[in-house]
Amino acid sequence: MSIEIKTNSAEPIRHTFGHIARRFGDKPASRYQEASYDLEAKTNFHYRPLWDSKHTLNDPTRTAVQMEDWYAVTDPRQFYYGAYVGNRAKMQESADTSFSFCDKRNLLTRLPESTQKQLLRLLVPLRHVELGANMNNSKIAGDVNATTVSQMHIYQAMDRLGMGQYLSRIALMLDGSTGTGLDESKGYWMDDGLWQPMRKLVEDTLVVDDWFELTLVQNILIDGLMYPLVYEKMDQWLGENGAEDVSMLTEFMRDWYKESLRWTNAMMKAVVGESEANAKLIQSWVDQWEPQAYKALTPLAETTVGTEALDEIRAQLTTRLNKFGLQQSQGVAA
Amino acid sequence: MATKNKKLNLKDRYQYLTRDMAWEPTYQDKKDIFPDEDFEGIKITDWSQWEDPFRLTMDAYWKYQAEKEKKLYAIFDAFAQNNGHQNISDARYVNALKLFLSGVSPLEHAAFQGYAKVGRQFSGAGARVACQMQAIDELRHSQTQQHAMSHYNKHFNGLHDAAHMHDRVWFLSVPKSFFDDARSAGPFEFLTAISFSFEYVLTNLLFVPFMSGAAYNGDMATVTFGFSAQSDEARHMTLGLEVIKFILEQHEDNVPIVQRWIDKWFWRGFRLLSLVGMMMDYMLPKKVMSWSEAWEMYYEQNGGALFKDLERYGIRPPKYQDVANDAKNHVSHQAWSTFYQYSQATNFHTWMPEKEEMDWLSQKYPDTFDKYYRPRFEHWDKEHAEGRRFYNNTLPQLCQVCQIPTIFTEKDDPTMLSHRQIVHEGERFHFCSDGCCDIFKHEPEKYVQAWLPVHQIYQGNCEGEDVETVVSKYYHINIGEDNFEYIGSPDHKRWLAIKGESGGNKADSTDQDAA
Repeated sequence: MSIEIKTNSAEPIRHTFGHIARRFGDKPASRYQEASYDLEAKTNFHYRPLWDSKHTLNDPTRTAVQMEDWYAVTDPRQFYYGAYVGNRAKMQESADTSFSFCDKRNLLTRLPESTQKQLLRLLVPLRHVELGANMNNSKIAGDVNATTVSQMHIYQAMDRLGMGQYLSRIALMLDGSTGTGLDESKGYWMDDGLWQPMRKLVEDTLVVDDWFELTLVQNILIDGLMYPLVYEKMDQWLGENGAEDVSMLTEFMRDWYKESLRWTNAMMKAVVGESEANAKLIQSWVDQWEPQAYKALTPLAETTVGTEALDEIRAQLTTRLNKFGLQQSQGVAA
Repeated sequence: MATKNKKLNLKDRYQYLTRDMAWEPTYQDKKDIFPDEDFEGIKITDWSQWEDPFRLTMDAYWKYQAEKEKKLYAIFDAFAQNNGHQNISDARYVNALKLFLSGVSPLEHAAFQGYAKVGRQFSGAGARVACQMQAIDELRHSQTQQHAMSHYNKHFNGLHDAAHMHDRVWFLSVPKSFFDDARSAGPFEFLTAISFSFEYVLTNLLFVPFMSGAAYNGDMATVTFGFSAQSDEARHMTLGLEVIKFILEQHEDNVPIVQRWIDKWFWRGFRLLSLVGMMMDYMLPKKVMSWSEAWEMYYEQNGGALFKDLERYGIRPPKYQDVANDAKNHVSHQAWSTFYQYSQATNFHTWMPEKEEMDWLSQKYPDTFDKYYRPRFEHWDKEHAEGRRFYNNTLPQLCQVCQIPTIFTEKDDPTMLSHRQIVHEGERFHFCSDGCCDIFKHEPEKYVQAWLPVHQIYQGNCEGEDVETVVSKYYHINIGEDNFEYIGSPDHKRWLAIKGESGGNKADSTDQDAA
C-alpha cells in the first residue's frame, strides 16, 4: 500500500522560460535545459575587444567551423554546475580513500628506488600535460558562445587541474611532502629527451587560435592516444614491474576518461555531421595534428609498453574518428 | 625515497600543486603564448610574488561546492512543491526579481566568460587558477539563479525572456554595456574593474540589497541562493584585493594606470547601482534599509577605510566620490521617477509608494524627499486617481557612457540636470555627468561605438517604427502583461486572488490609459 500526501497545486501561467519554450515547447523543462540553453549574450555588443581586432565579443567566427545552431552540441551527461560538482565530489571521495590508504600503508615509499624513479620520470610529468590541457580548455570556455559547449570546457579545464594535482600528490607521497620528487620530475619534463616531443606539442597547442581546432587537438587527438596509453597499457606495465599499487591512485583518470568519451564523441558527431565543409576542415586538422600526437607519445611507449601498444591504440582512435565520418590521418602511417 | 628536506608548509604545498605545474616554455615564445599582457601598459616584474588569495585544490573545491549545491537544490525543490511564491510579502516584490534576472543574472554569465578568458591570458599560473575558479563559480551563479527564479517565472510575468531582453531592452544596456566595457578591455583592467571595483568595493551594494530584500520579503528561494553564494563571494573579494595590491606593488608605473581604472570603474559601478538604489527604496514592500544608509555604511565607511589602506601605494579615493556621496539622497528617487514614466517599455511594473512608504522615505531622506520628490509623487498619484496615469511618450536622452537617461542633477542644485556635452571628430556626444564625460574623453574611440537603445530605435534597428512595436516584437515584452502600472496588472489581480481579496483598489480600470 502506498501513501500519497495531497498537495495544493497552483495553476501556472507558463511552464518554463521563453527561450526554453521556443526550443522545447511550453512544458516543464529539466534543470539541465534551464541552466544550459541561450543564457549568453548574443547581439548588440557595445564595444570591440581591445585584444582582438578581428572579432567582436561572443563572436561565433572565433572558429572556422560553422554550425547553424551550436546548441546542436549537447552534453549526454546533462551536467550543469550542480550535477557536475556532485559527480566529481563522489569521484574525489574514492580517490581520497585510495590516497590515504596508500599513504598509511607506505605502499609507494616502500617501492625500490629505481621504481620510484620510474614513476617520477614516466608518470608524474604528465601533470604538465594536464596544465596545458587546463589552459587550453579555459581558453575554449572563454571563446565559445553556446553555453552547452562552453560549460563542458570549463568543467574539462577544472578536471585537468584536478588530475594534475593527483599526479603531483603521487610525487609528494614519494618525497615525504618535501617537493624534491616534484623538482626531480619536472627536470625530466624540461630536459629528458623522452619528453621533448610532448613538451613541444603542448607548447604548440598553447598558440592555436581556433578554439575548435584546439578542442580537437587537445580533447580528442592527444587525449585519445595518451589516456589509453598511460592509464591502461602503461598501468598494466607498471603492475608487471612492481608498481601495481600506484594503480589505485590513477583510478580517477580511468573513470574520468571513460566518461569524457561520452561528451567528446557527441560533440564530434554533431559538428562533423553538420556539413561537408566542417568534415573537410576537421579532417585537415586531424591530418596535421594526429601524427604529432603519435610522435609525442612514441618515446614514452618505446620506454615502457612498446610501440605496438601505441599502434593498437592509434587504430582504436581511427575507428573512433571513422564513426564521426573522419578518416585516418594522412600523415605518418600507423 | 630517503630525503632530509623539510616538509612543505601549506603555502608552499599549494604552490607545488598549482604554479609548479607550469614551466618556462622553450619551443614557443612566451609572448606568443601570453600575447595580451603588455598592451595595457602594466608592468609585471615577477609573477611569483603573487599571493594566492585562497588555497583550494580541486578535490576540496568539488567536495565543498557539492555540499552547498545539495542543500540549495533541496530547498529549491521544497520551495516549488509548497508554492513558496505565495509566501512573499506582496507581489510588488517580484518586480525586484524581474530586474535581477534580466539585469544581474546575465552579468554572472558574462563574468563566467570573462574570467575563463583571463584564466588563460595571465602568465602567472597562480592567478590563472584563481580566475578559473571564479569563472566556474560565476557559471554556478548564472545557473542557480535560473533555477531559483524558475518557479517565479511560472507564476508571475516579466521573468520569461531575460537573456533576450538583456541584449535589447533600453534600460538593460546599462548593465550590458558595463560588462561589455570590462570584457572588451585588457586582462588587467578587467580584473581591476570586476574583481576589485565591483566584487570588492561595491559588491555589498549589489548583492546584499537583493539578498536581504529577499530575506525581509519572505522569498526563501532567492535568499537561500544568497546564503549559498556567500562563501563564493568571500573568495571573489579576496581575489579582488590581492589583484590590486599585486599590480600596485609590481611597478611604480602601474600606479597612475590603476588609479585611472579605479576612477573609471568606481563611477561606472556607481551609475549601475542607481538601479539597485531604486530597487531598495521602492520595490521592496518590506524595507531593509534606505539606499542612503547602505551607501553610507558600505561605501563611505568601508570604502573609506579601504582607500585609506591603499594610500601607502600612492592611491587616492576615486574621483567624483564627493558627487556620489551627495547623490545618495537623490538617485533612488530620480531613478524610480524615470521608470515610473517609462514603464510602458519595461518588463517590470512601477507604482506610487503607499502613504506609509512615503513617510518612511521622508524619515530616511529628511533633507530631500519632502522638498523634491513627495510633491511629484502626490501629483502623479492624483493624476492616476483621475484616470491620467502618467506615461512619458517621448524617449529620453541617454548618457553616451553609462547609457542611463540623463536624469541626474548637479551636486549643489537638485533642480538642475548635470548635462554635459562635447564634440569629438565633428560629432556631438552627451553625458549625464562629469564622471562619464571624463571616461569618454580618455577613450572616445571606445564609447563612440556604443549601441545606444534609443538611438537604435530611431535608426529603425529594433524591428519597429513605434515604441509599442519595438516593445512587443523586439523586446518580447508582452503588452498589458509584463509592462505598465502595477495596480490592475495581471500580477496584481493574481496576487489578490491568492490572498482571497477582490480588486477594488484605486484605478483598477484605468491601468493602461495614456500608454
